[in-house]
Amino acid sequence: MISKRYAGLAGLALAGTFVLTSCAANEGDAAAGTGSAASESELSGDLVGAGASSQGSAQEAWYAAFQGDNPGVTVTYDPSGSGAGREAFSEGGVDFAGSDRAFKDEEIAEGGWAACAPDTDIVELPLYISPIAVIFNLEGVDSLNLDAATIAGMFAGSITNWNDPAIAALNDGASLPDLAITPVHRSDDSGTTENFTEYLGAVAPDVWTYEADGVWPIESGEAAQGTTGLVDAVNGGNGTIGYADASRAGDLGTVAVQVGDEFVSYSPEAAAAIVDASPEAEGRADGDLAIEIDRSTDEAGVYPIVLVSYLIGCQQYADPEAGALVKAYFSYIASEEGQDEAASSAGSAPISDTLRGEVESAIELIK
Amino acid sequence: MTGAALPAPRITAKQRPGDRIFSSAAVLAGSLILVTLAAVTIFLIAQGIPGILAEPGETTILRDRDFWSYVGPLAFGTLWAAALALVMATPLSVGIALFISHFAPRRLAQVLGYVIDLLAAVPSVVFGLWGGLVLAPLVRPMYAWLTENAGWIPIFNGQASATGRTILTAAIVLAVMILPIMTAINREVFLQTPRLHEEAALALGSTRWEMIRMAVLPFGRAGMVSAAMLGLGRALGETMAVAMVLSPSTVVSFFVLGSTNPNTIAANIALSFPEAYGAGVNVLIATGLVLFVVTFVVNALARYVVNRRREFSGAN
Amino acid sequence: MAVTTATPNALTNGRLPRLAPWAILLGSWAVVAVVMGLFTLAGTVGEFSLVGTIFFGTILYGVAIYVVSLSVEGRRQAVDRLVTALVLTAFIIALLPLVSLLTTVVANGTARFDLDFFTMSQRNVVGAGGGALHAIVGTLLMTGVATLISVPIGLMTAVYLVEYGRGALARAITFLVDVMTGIPSIVAGLFAYAMFALIFGPGVRMGFAGAVALSVLMIPVVVRACEELLKLVPNELREASYALGVPKWLTITKVVLPTSIAGITTGVMLAISRVIGETAPLLLVAGFTQSMNYDPFDGRMQSLPVFVFTSYANQGTDGAAYIERAWAGALTLIVIVMVLNLAARLIARIFAPKLGR
Repeated sequence: MISKRYAGLAGLALAGTFVLTSCAANEGDAAAGTGSAASESELSGDLVGAGASSQGSAQEAWYAAFQGDNPGVTVTYDPSGSGAGREAFSEGGVDFAGSDRAFKDEEIAEGGWAACAPDTDIVELPLYISPIAVIFNLEGVDSLNLDAATIAGMFAGSITNWNDPAIAALNDGASLPDLAITPVHRSDDSGTTENFTEYLGAVAPDVWTYEADGVWPIESGEAAQGTTGLVDAVNGGNGTIGYADASRAGDLGTVAVQVGDEFVSYSPEAAAAIVDASPEAEGRADGDLAIEIDRSTDEAGVYPIVLVSYLIGCQQYADPEAGALVKAYFSYIASEEGQDEAASSAGSAPISDTLRGEVESAIELIK
Repeated sequence: MTGAALPAPRITAKQRPGDRIFSSAAVLAGSLILVTLAAVTIFLIAQGIPGILAEPGETTILRDRDFWSYVGPLAFGTLWAAALALVMATPLSVGIALFISHFAPRRLAQVLGYVIDLLAAVPSVVFGLWGGLVLAPLVRPMYAWLTENAGWIPIFNGQASATGRTILTAAIVLAVMILPIMTAINREVFLQTPRLHEEAALALGSTRWEMIRMAVLPFGRAGMVSAAMLGLGRALGETMAVAMVLSPSTVVSFFVLGSTNPNTIAANIALSFPEAYGAGVNVLIATGLVLFVVTFVVNALARYVVNRRREFSGAN
Repeated sequence: MAVTTATPNALTNGRLPRLAPWAILLGSWAVVAVVMGLFTLAGTVGEFSLVGTIFFGTILYGVAIYVVSLSVEGRRQAVDRLVTALVLTAFIIALLPLVSLLTTVVANGTARFDLDFFTMSQRNVVGAGGGALHAIVGTLLMTGVATLISVPIGLMTAVYLVEYGRGALARAITFLVDVMTGIPSIVAGLFAYAMFALIFGPGVRMGFAGAVALSVLMIPVVVRACEELLKLVPNELREASYALGVPKWLTITKVVLPTSIAGITTGVMLAISRVIGETAPLLLVAGFTQSMNYDPFDGRMQSLPVFVFTSYANQGTDGAAYIERAWAGALTLIVIVMVLNLAARLIARIFAPKLGR
């Protein structure tokens, strides 16, 4: 009896130990693992970052490739949100942060970066640029031309039907059904919402009278959690319209936005172009490339609804090893290879060569 | 009795070291519960106070409101969603518990009990995925039908949601989530009805329903209240499922089929915490404190009701 | 028909034949199915709905059985039949979401429920492929540590309440345990976050913090389960032990606990399955990683619920691969919980003391 009892327990314990000590087939011997590929790289150690979930899938691609080149390095990026990421970075909880906005002037003035050497500045690099597509689910319509005022009207609730003359006027010959418009916005606090509302407020200030904010400013329309939730909600409804990372637009209809006199569909090039066409924020330190996006530009071929997400690190790290790792990692991300990697796996827009030049000289400052 | 002057020496067992150690360990463990709960309260208060005192405009989360007008609609949504869930789940759980305890054949009842218990363990994320991707599209046409044909009922009066992600859908998901725990308690209570009461009722010629009405339900009333309160407590605190299913707004509204629904405190924390910084974090923790107080009150109330009932129940 | 034959039986007179309710139930379902089918053909309803058929069929059954029974058996029996039908309906309504949930998870989860999923982590995996070993290990480790914290505390508290507890402290603990049962999981997460932030500074994430948050949720469940079971141990056993001169602590450890060990095991296992699926607190305090991490005290640790949530929420361009991983993760979690439940029942059976009979 007793032996049978304990045999059962032992079996369970054995199974448990087996699971807990098993190694992932794809990880190999990470601890002693500098053996095989050590010749390629001398970097080793742990690099921890946290922040914007918008960068999440791009970061996955970046650190997968980076870890492939440097087998001794483990990079972790926790997509816990921009606010949490900035907070953790300034308190020294992580080595670098990803954030959908740069630090504000007053936050920088306050200083106190725990991970950095005392009295040194930070670098903020706009390395993840992603067009935000205005997506809609309307049977038989794949694409619409809209201007900012019309989009704002649809989201603010002043344009409520798809056959509204304002929409028809911009789309000759499109067959627009008599169907209620259901605008869908993000229910969580997000950089995508902040950039989208900033665009509406900058280009159509008469219709969209609210300030740019990560939380949807008005009590109307449908809301859904996260990009995925929003895309699901737009997909699941009829006559729905929303805004999401362009890579996730899928089969949904998308809007070409009026810039100047022409209508521009989102594209990586057009999204990168607006960043080049926009001025850098003034009064910032050398490595701080915070950009003030000029949403209302008339320049040809730019797509104004973009999300620019920053990588934030120290200019001089208290721990020089962390500095070396961050420098190598950021250099990889800024490289053409890194940007292409993110473009293919996360659908972001590769940065232009002009911006790359500036970013590279900023990375040079990292120690 | 006579030795008033000489009190009889109390017989005490010999105190062994083993006994001392063991009983102090037990007291220590019990006290740890007190300490943990006190620690939860203290941490929440310490971190929440700056949030409660935050001036309007001090953080982006509050915008131009003060803390109380920020948390008000959320508290309303929390209670409203939980109440809706409870209204659906209570009769169902009583019905299932009766089915398992008094109607189903015993062998079947055991299996069914296991199946229902299994539902208790399904992770809330899975409920969220299911609610958003399966349930919402399923109920959408029903909602449209209800607003058209039953609009005279105040809570159905309005423009139906185009996606089905309404507070009623969230409440259905919540109801499914709290069903198992409520059913389990109701079942146990019903099973404990004294056999003699039941047999006496049946011997007097009552039908099964009359026996249940006269013997089982009165005996189980306190247990049913306690089950409902525990279910309510869980529904109040559910986070991810609501966040993934609900289409929230900052309104206070009783309309259950529309696009703009009141949000719940727990879901709001999950939605806002990632982007919160500075005093915003304190504001969110303060809303957590409000939620904690609400749950505390609900549970205390349940305990009070059950205890009071127990004294009069005559069973035990 | 038996009722109408020439030999009236006083006891069965005015009763429906035994199979009549079943016949009426099947009949109701069939009628509704036919009506639904006609609607479908006529085009007024989009597609044939099995769920709707069973639902409305069961409601129709309630009405039909009441009417039939009223005419044959009289009012009291009719009410009894109606209540039986209502209880059955409640049960079927409750089964519908469960069946729908399980079929959804199984149907979507099997696509990636393969060997890779259990032998690989997500390290260096972009897009399709990869697995959830890191999340499975993380979930087991964190739940395991939480169990190691909760069971001794919970069990000793239950022992205190049942064997020692008198007076105000015991009453306070009983009350507070009930209050703790209702702590929302997100509040437990916030508590662990605040506590570890205070000790290690903000931004700290570790598996142990997740385990602490889970313990806060788990302890009250363990206490409640163990308390009920210790109360069931007959006092005769304790008295017999005392009469033999056995000290109290030995009586508890050698007599009381072994007697109830089966139930306690089940209770602990149920407490585990209660917390293993928690997402919100782990998202706050345990963080997120793509690599294996065996050390709960150092660095972020992935868990299955967080894996499911982030796979769903942060999809790359190849969205289908992420969604498939999310569903497979959900399926894995349910399977783990099922296995735990079965193991609990098995252990309970093995360890149950052989009583009389």
